[in-house]
Amino acid sequence: MEGLSLFLQALTLQAGYNAAVVAIGAGLLGLAAGGAGAFIFLRKRALVSDAVSHATLPGVGLAFLLMVALGGDGRSLAGLILGSAVSAGIGLVLVDWITRKTRLGEDAAIGAILSVFFGAGIVLLTVIQNTSGGRQAGLESFLLGSTAGMLFDEAVMIAVAGGITAALVFAMRRPMTLVAFDPEFAAANGVHVQRTDLAMMGLALLVTVIGLKVVGLILIIALLIIPAVAARFWTERVGRMIWIASLIGGLSGFCGAALSSAFVALPAGPMIVLLCFALFTFSLLFSPGRGAFAALIARRRFQHRVHIRQGLLSMAREEPIYDGLTLSVLRRGGYLNPDGTPTVNGRAAAAKAVLDEARWKVARSRRQLDRETGADDGLTRIETVLTPDQIADIDAQLALKKGGVS
Amino acid sequence: MSAEFVQLSLTPMIVGVLAAIACALPGNFLLLRRQALIGDAISHVVLPGIVVAFLVTGTVTAWPMMIGAGLAALVSVAMIEGIKRLGRIEPGAAMGVVFTTLFAAGVVLLEQSDTSGVHLDVEHALYGNLESLIWFDAEGWASLLDPVALAGLPPQILRLAVILVLTLALLGLFWKELAISTFDPGFAQAVGIPVRAIGFGLVMAAAIAAVASFDAVGSIIVIAMFVCPPAAARLMTNSLGHQIGWSVFFAASAAIVGYIAAGYGPIWLGGVHAVSAAGMIATVSGLILALCALFGPARNRLSAPSEGQ
Repeated sequence: MEGLSLFLQALTLQAGYNAAVVAIGAGLLGLAAGGAGAFIFLRKRALVSDAVSHATLPGVGLAFLLMVALGGDGRSLAGLILGSAVSAGIGLVLVDWITRKTRLGEDAAIGAILSVFFGAGIVLLTVIQNTSGGRQAGLESFLLGSTAGMLFDEAVMIAVAGGITAALVFAMRRPMTLVAFDPEFAAANGVHVQRTDLAMMGLALLVTVIGLKVVGLILIIALLIIPAVAARFWTERVGRMIWIASLIGGLSGFCGAALSSAFVALPAGPMIVLLCFALFTFSLLFSPGRGAFAALIARRRFQHRVHIRQGLLSMAREEPIYDGLTLSVLRRGGYLNPDGTPTVNGRAAAAKAVLDEARWKVARSRRQLDRETGADDGLTRIETVLTPDQIADIDAQLALKKGGVS
Repeated sequence: MSAEFVQLSLTPMIVGVLAAIACALPGNFLLLRRQALIGDAISHVVLPGIVVAFLVTGTVTAWPMMIGAGLAALVSVAMIEGIKRLGRIEPGAAMGVVFTTLFAAGVVLLEQSDTSGVHLDVEHALYGNLESLIWFDAEGWASLLDPVALAGLPPQILRLAVILVLTLALLGLFWKELAISTFDPGFAQAVGIPVRAIGFGLVMAAAIAAVASFDAVGSIIVIAMFVCPPAAARLMTNSLGHQIGWSVFFAASAAIVGYIAAGYGPIWLGGVHAVSAAGMIATVSGLILALCALFGPARNRLSAPSEGQ
């Protein structure tokens, strides 16, 4: 229980100044990642950011070697981040070049850049291990992130950079929205598509390098993808989707860092990713519009309506009903008595169903009602589509027909 | 020198070559089907698989780990399919969600469990331990003919050789079906080829190759070999058969050149320690791809020689 109270303290920012700054930094990072990731997801370039994040590693190694060669400490976070940004940028340009200039697809370009840059980075890490005589430079922590030994200055830097990136996402939301949905229209409106795409991936790059220390380069892509995919379930509007994605990312970042500060054996990066996934799973199952349960309920409801409709028509024609589901929905709707005979309500509804069927038939024969009858899926109530006078007119024709026959 | 070479370097090189070819073969078809990143996804989910296998059995022996990794690969394929269908999400994003989550779960599990007594960590899963596959019983080239010494070969060689032969056999058996369903799925369906089953079989073959390789060489080489040699080969030729030949040649060259560069390069340059062989092999495969992207005869759509010439 000690861990739990520590976690509550961390959540309420009372677990010490350092832990609070780390949690806020991770939260702002998640905020920025969620927002930037939303556009990348809409533009269907989610996995490009995986190449970008793996391509940071050689930059980290080279920056360390350069800083040591210049007589520095080599572990300055700002320097390492600068180096990682340069090599990630080169990786991004190369993915673009391979995709445009050769016959290889984007997936092959991503896989190639990702593995080759990462491999080269690992070679550099072993070089660093050898040259520093076995002394750990601690660069391995960039693979999976580590908030445990984070310095106060580093945490502040991450928080500030995360906040700036979030603000940049907000500032660029209009051109990025246009390009994500309709590049041709965006170009016609004077938006430079290629430059906007580059800026969008530039934001992903920023998120990646800022997140190196917290989440690590292997998992940072999760913070770009998962909040965006989860947010997509809750809304059909871009503006709202960005806010929701930012919220999910920020919440996961903050809570994940707090959890990690309370429980020693829970690393921050993977915890943040798992929290993102928990929110994603919740969205997948329970979101009202596109969620799995909503779809299931909608399907059930539709099925019931079809069965009631068919059952009522059978009752009107006095045909026996055998289907179990039809019988049970009719009973539950109060159209049938437990012994299988129609109730008063049932007779009325059945008569109405037959009348409506006849009305639809007449309505369909009238050219001027094409638009209204086109909306009928066999279950639409005619009163919801046609006005009372139109129905009265149809009824008059029905009565005439009946009179003519008899 | 030569006895030392056989003892220390020959077996890692053979393992590297076998693993590289075993991954490059299915990689050719994944590349042509625009599924090149499946290898990336599979090699990430291997980690939770081996951690769970360790937690269940309490040891780090090969077979439970491989079964665990294989099961994890299956689980990830099922999760990707489920998320794609339930959420109507594009495949790339669904893949991103699944493999990052499973990898994160693997890391958390690993941190939670006590692995102090065994050699199991994230770095191992990433870089493998190619350099440690030493042939203790070898005394020179003559040991290759000595059954007693041969029995002491690292077990990874036999395992990878079996997987490679199996992959080759499957490739020969289903060559026509694979080729047709890769280039023209619609036509394949029309002539009665089970396109979905072939696709699933291909992913499974890739998963088996990845799982068998990661233990010896780590996931960096696995990802690199799934993509780089086939991609480089694709830039050399238009014929599927030639492409596969080139990819095998590139994969083997990358493994051999990379291993030598990692093991002896630093010493030739005046250093004392070798650098990561896995990382160097991946780097060399990238250099090969870069050369092909710059000079390959079929590097872009315009310069590709037309069929039948």
